[in-house]
Amino acid sequence: MLKKLATGAAFALALVPAASFAAGGAGHVEDYDFSFEGPFGTYDTNQLQRGLQIYTEVCAACHGLKQVPIRTLSDEGGPNLPADQVRAYAADNFSVYDPELDEDRPAIPTDHFPENNNAGAPDLSLMAKARAGFHGPYGLGLNQMFKGMGGAEYIASLLAGYTGETKEEAGTTFYENTAFPGGWISMAPPLSDEQVEFIDGAPNDLESLSKDVSAFLMWTAEPKMMARKQAGFVGVLFLTVLSVLLYLTNKRLWAPHKGKKTS
Amino acid sequence: MSGIPHDHYEPKTGGEKWLHSRLPIVGLIYDTIMIPTPKNLNWLWIWGIVLAFCLALQIVTGIILVMHYTPHVDLAFASVEHIMRNVNGGYMIRYLHANGASLFFIAVYIHIFRGLYYGSYKAPREITWIIGMLIYLMMMGTAFMGYVLPWGQMSFWGATVITGLFGAIPFIGEPIQTLLLGGPAVDNATLNRFFSLHYLLPFVIAGLVIVHIWAFHTTGNNNPTGVEVRRTSKEDAAKDTLPFWPYFVIKDFLGLAVVLVIFWAIVGFMPNYLGHPDNYIEANPLQTPAHIVPEWYFLPFYAILRAFTSEVWVVQIASFVTGGIIDAKFFGVLAMFGAIAVMALAPWLDTSRVRSGRYRPQFKWWFLLLVIDFFALMWLGAMPAEEPYASFSLIASAYWFAYFLVILPLLGVIEKPIATPETIEADFDAHYGKSAGGDATPAE
Repeated sequence: MLKKLATGAAFALALVPAASFAAGGAGHVEDYDFSFEGPFGTYDTNQLQRGLQIYTEVCAACHGLKQVPIRTLSDEGGPNLPADQVRAYAADNFSVYDPELDEDRPAIPTDHFPENNNAGAPDLSLMAKARAGFHGPYGLGLNQMFKGMGGAEYIASLLAGYTGETKEEAGTTFYENTAFPGGWISMAPPLSDEQVEFIDGAPNDLESLSKDVSAFLMWTAEPKMMARKQAGFVGVLFLTVLSVLLYLTNKRLWAPHKGKKTS
Repeated sequence: MSGIPHDHYEPKTGGEKWLHSRLPIVGLIYDTIMIPTPKNLNWLWIWGIVLAFCLALQIVTGIILVMHYTPHVDLAFASVEHIMRNVNGGYMIRYLHANGASLFFIAVYIHIFRGLYYGSYKAPREITWIIGMLIYLMMMGTAFMGYVLPWGQMSFWGATVITGLFGAIPFIGEPIQTLLLGGPAVDNATLNRFFSLHYLLPFVIAGLVIVHIWAFHTTGNNNPTGVEVRRTSKEDAAKDTLPFWPYFVIKDFLGLAVVLVIFWAIVGFMPNYLGHPDNYIEANPLQTPAHIVPEWYFLPFYAILRAFTSEVWVVQIASFVTGGIIDAKFFGVLAMFGAIAVMALAPWLDTSRVRSGRYRPQFKWWFLLLVIDFFALMWLGAMPAEEPYASFSLIASAYWFAYFLVILPLLGVIEKPIATPETIEADFDAHYGKSAGGDATPAE
């Protein structure tokens, strides 16, 4: 009986097809280790705070985070900054247009990070979910369970993937990048070694900076990840216990109607 | 109501009699959940309950999502992010709804293929089968329109491609497409009508589900032997069946719980597994994604749609004979809907007297090939439209049609089925030994 059940489940799983496939000429995505991978992975609060600093000092010049409310910086399961720091951060770094005042004012925590269309750069709020670095094994994408989709890895690989080569086409400069599909990207290398100084003296070589800001962008894309995994864990546990109880109930219920198995 | 003879509800107390003579609702519920059910049903019969659960899950989570969602091209994407970030538990509701759609289709495909193997579509269950096919079609419509609502890139471009199919119909195609879109292109009017219909159709599905259940409660369930329950007397029927409650309710719940363990793990640990990354980019009518891929559950039929290009001789003949009215695009659309139509016609295409595939030695292999064909088409639907995939798609599509239009009718004539058991009781006892008391003796 259980064998048949397992067959049914395997049948169900086998139906799950290759969900997505890499674009032609996809770049190389380095499989960095992140703390948030796997069913029990969590965000590293310090890393998120470093990533926020990198975003603010570097990326924010061109990229917005318009879907992200600034107040969520104090969320548990996120950068977890004290509320007064978030207030100061908002006021110091961003000003927003207030339709009631009809003028710009310093941002407050209930505002979102501002949109930024200066350089035609894409909004980064969801970037870590809008790119997939991994599709394995065999294009089935099941690795996601343990490694994630590879969005953060893609961003980190991109930031650290400049070769230094440039070319000009129709008045635009393109920079060679090993992670970018097609190999040439119009974004100039944004990060370099020691570009951002951390108060706690955390490593600030190019690769560390790339990973930190990618982790931060994973959080902006999926701010409730830790709560979700917890709900997932509790749910799986509960449903497993329920399955066992139902199995025993079912067995006992049917027992009087079944004799000894003959085959 | 005809059906398998069994004990019906008898009101006993005064209050029960009072109600029963005015509204026999307790009797209806009693007769429905106490329905005699063939006791040899195997685990492939649990998917009906899973499907009922999915419908309920989608309606409940959907109603909550609607409370926070805004169907407007400028606001839809942000309102989904609002649900993900600000609504209490909103991220879970949305992921349950999005993945619930996939579970729904996994369940419906297993349910359909179970019916195809055990001959559940055959007389007298044709109506159940046809209603089921209608439900399946409505599910596809509902899922397609639901995928448009987050207003991501894949939402927008998927909607553009799929509504374009209707434009391929000669003469009336363009007016139909305009009506579907509410204008010349996918825009706010499209989003609004898709939202309206996405909310409406699940309730139509719920109505059809009731008819589906009503129909098979009249004919009785099919079972792995395909042998009918004896209806000669209540006593005979009782030897072949057990009441749905509690035997099958508990068994189905066990199946459902195991399925939900896997489902919950996906929702909790990899909720974007079955989605497409591009749909986290807001819709942009000026930028076409590199690959427009439909959701996985559409892929087999999408492969059939794309298989018939203008280079295929069947298409060229059709085009020549109709003076160009049926071009490659329209042929593809006809093939896609035809693929579902031939499946719906299975009750009349299958000529075999034996219902269950278990007793059909040749049919088994052809059926296995159909299952493989289905997965092959699913894979091919996700591949780019180029060689060698195009040729494979054509072969796989051809087999799909051949199975229903050639193999099913011929097999009934040429195949020599093996003996079926006399009764369901005999089959059950052969598997589990004679029941009753402690002195169970093996049947063989």
